[in-house]
Amino acid sequence: MKLSGAQIVCESLVREGVQIIFGFPGGAVIPLYDSLPQYPQLRHVLVRHEQGAAHAADGYARATGKVGVCFATSGPGAANLVTGIATAYLDSSPMVAITGQVARAFIGKDAFQEIDITGITHPITKHNYLASSAEELATLIKEAFYLARTGRPGPVLIDIPRDVFIEQAEFHYPDKVNLPGYKPTLHGHPAQIKKAAQLINKASQPVIIAGRGVTISTAYAELKELAEKAQIPVVTTLLGIGSFPESHVLSLGMLGMHGTACANMAVDSADVIISIGMRFDDRATARVDGFAPKARIIHIDIDPAEIGKNVRVDIPIVGDATNVLRALNKLIVSQSHVDWIRQLNEWHREHSTTRVKEGEGLPPQYVIAKIYQVTGGNATIVTGVGQNQMWAAQYFRYNKPDSLISSGGLGTMGFGLPAAIGAKIGCPEGITWCVDGDGGFQMTIQELATAVQERAAVKIAIINNSFLGMVRQWQEFFYQSRYVATFLSGPDFVKIAEAYGLPGLRVKDKSEVVPAIEQAMEHEGPFLIDFVVEPEANVYPMVPPGAALGKFIEEPRKEMVAPTDSFHLGVSNI
Amino acid sequence: MFSTKHTIIALVADKPGVLNRVASLFRRRSFNIESLAVGHAEQGGISRMTIVVDGTSATVEQLRKQLDKVTEVIRVSDITQENTVDRELALVKIKATSQTRSEIIQIVDIFRANIVDVSPDSLIVEVTGDEEKIESLFNLLRGFGIKEIARTGRLAMTRGM
Repeated sequence: MKLSGAQIVCESLVREGVQIIFGFPGGAVIPLYDSLPQYPQLRHVLVRHEQGAAHAADGYARATGKVGVCFATSGPGAANLVTGIATAYLDSSPMVAITGQVARAFIGKDAFQEIDITGITHPITKHNYLASSAEELATLIKEAFYLARTGRPGPVLIDIPRDVFIEQAEFHYPDKVNLPGYKPTLHGHPAQIKKAAQLINKASQPVIIAGRGVTISTAYAELKELAEKAQIPVVTTLLGIGSFPESHVLSLGMLGMHGTACANMAVDSADVIISIGMRFDDRATARVDGFAPKARIIHIDIDPAEIGKNVRVDIPIVGDATNVLRALNKLIVSQSHVDWIRQLNEWHREHSTTRVKEGEGLPPQYVIAKIYQVTGGNATIVTGVGQNQMWAAQYFRYNKPDSLISSGGLGTMGFGLPAAIGAKIGCPEGITWCVDGDGGFQMTIQELATAVQERAAVKIAIINNSFLGMVRQWQEFFYQSRYVATFLSGPDFVKIAEAYGLPGLRVKDKSEVVPAIEQAMEHEGPFLIDFVVEPEANVYPMVPPGAALGKFIEEPRKEMVAPTDSFHLGVSNI
Repeated sequence: MFSTKHTIIALVADKPGVLNRVASLFRRRSFNIESLAVGHAEQGGISRMTIVVDGTSATVEQLRKQLDKVTEVIRVSDITQENTVDRELALVKIKATSQTRSEIIQIVDIFRANIVDVSPDSLIVEVTGDEEKIESLFNLLRGFGIKEIARTGRLAMTRGM
């Protein structure tokens, strides 16, 4: 039976098990949208800006582990996806983006709403396609989904000319893909695994660094087995948060620029580092040539191009984290590392830098700690980028995989709200909190309308300090407090919420925080809270740019008071 | 870590856009491609690229791994250290008058090159060999006046096997 190209796209999406599409229509994709009603299995979520569609598909993918799908039209529609695609690429998020293109005869002629989106997205997609006929669409879609979700996941874009949507062709969905140039290595080399085991068994101060690869590979049990069997403390990258329970006695929290003192000191003093599914991003390593100076490094990653890219690696193992860890765990002997853990415990006591500062006004950290307390940790936190993101990482204790969704690699302001909507739509039973700053929130604020229209019950906490806070902090620390272009005279977010049709509250005092969070949780639909926090609160600890991981700045001591009802993280249980 | 010339062989799917993907990787890591030759390989639908770049072994190895990640790249190898046959073909148009023509022909014969076009005031010489041989021929011909040069860039194949 012959189908139109648009029908072939929809049929193929159904075969791939797609249920949700985030998109925004336009001239070149009208034929595609025209076919959608024939496929009630496909729910289309109309966003208010294509960037929102890409972030929502990304948030959906991270929350569910499935491939996120977004649609956009040609030209500006496709161009607006770019930031969202790049965000997904940097964080290895599986996504298929389908864009309309001008009709084949007009390509390359600067036609109305024409853009070379395959050219533009070459460096930010795992792969992309420009479809040349309706006949090949099924094969392209099959390949796109396969590429997006296997190996190291990532976004794949398919650009489809308007007349290809209309063209008729026979529909056969292929069973298999034929990609001779694409064969991810899934099993680690046994000799390398053996060498790694020997090194781990001899280590006296080992540390595991767990990254997002652990989550993607769902290697939680294997990671836990390794850590417990050999008593190796675990630090995570920002995106590795949730891959190992933070309440576990061996958890040291996050490493890096705003990592815990203890995590950074552990990595700085380690003699063996086992890095799993992470890529030594500069925010995690701090100064690369000063990274883990005493350590021999084992690097487990599915992507061979990550091995030795940023830091020297002694034992590389290319493979899927679950498979490699299963093989490795068989060769690991039980250990206790009593002295090492005692040392870490001491460092933790000396540097409990994550206490909430007491003072006038509302400390931003307090808000996050209370969201943790009220939800009992039973929530997915989706963040913006900057101070709000770091506080969300530091003051919520993440015990479940994918409970923190954040733009780590690209650091995309505006990611929070649309990604939270995508996450909530993907996991409607779960509780989703969007924690964002007053700056980043305004970059995709229009998606409030999407949340309301789609009844996506996202709870929004705006950490409102009337500043682009992270830039302001850098200006304070490194530019002698010359605040240039960082003050925000913000809108009234409560009125904005009201105008978009969702309830909003303003909170200025500590005593109002818990009741407001409770009210938001009790409300059925989306809910916004504008937390007016101390304007010049800083994120501590901080490794200054250019310094090594062990050289962090701590919160000035005089400002700190012993915590009363506040919250702190770390290895206190060890 | 010092920079040397590396010869990279890539077998790639013969599809539009592949050259662009390969070239943009070099651009992103700020590699200057010294030469790049592309043509059909022994198998249908597959092209063979011979790429010559200058870089340290570590940076070229990183580039090789990144090239290997491109879906349409089937295999990449750095054959710099291997025993290879390297060849390049060049066409050179030289000014030639009746006085100089026979001297040019003598030089061309020594290099086992061919004269493939003759006009009243110029000649086209076709020469095949490694870069060194081509450079030496050019050096000898330069005195007569070179009007135009076209070179294929290096082609390379490992010996035996």
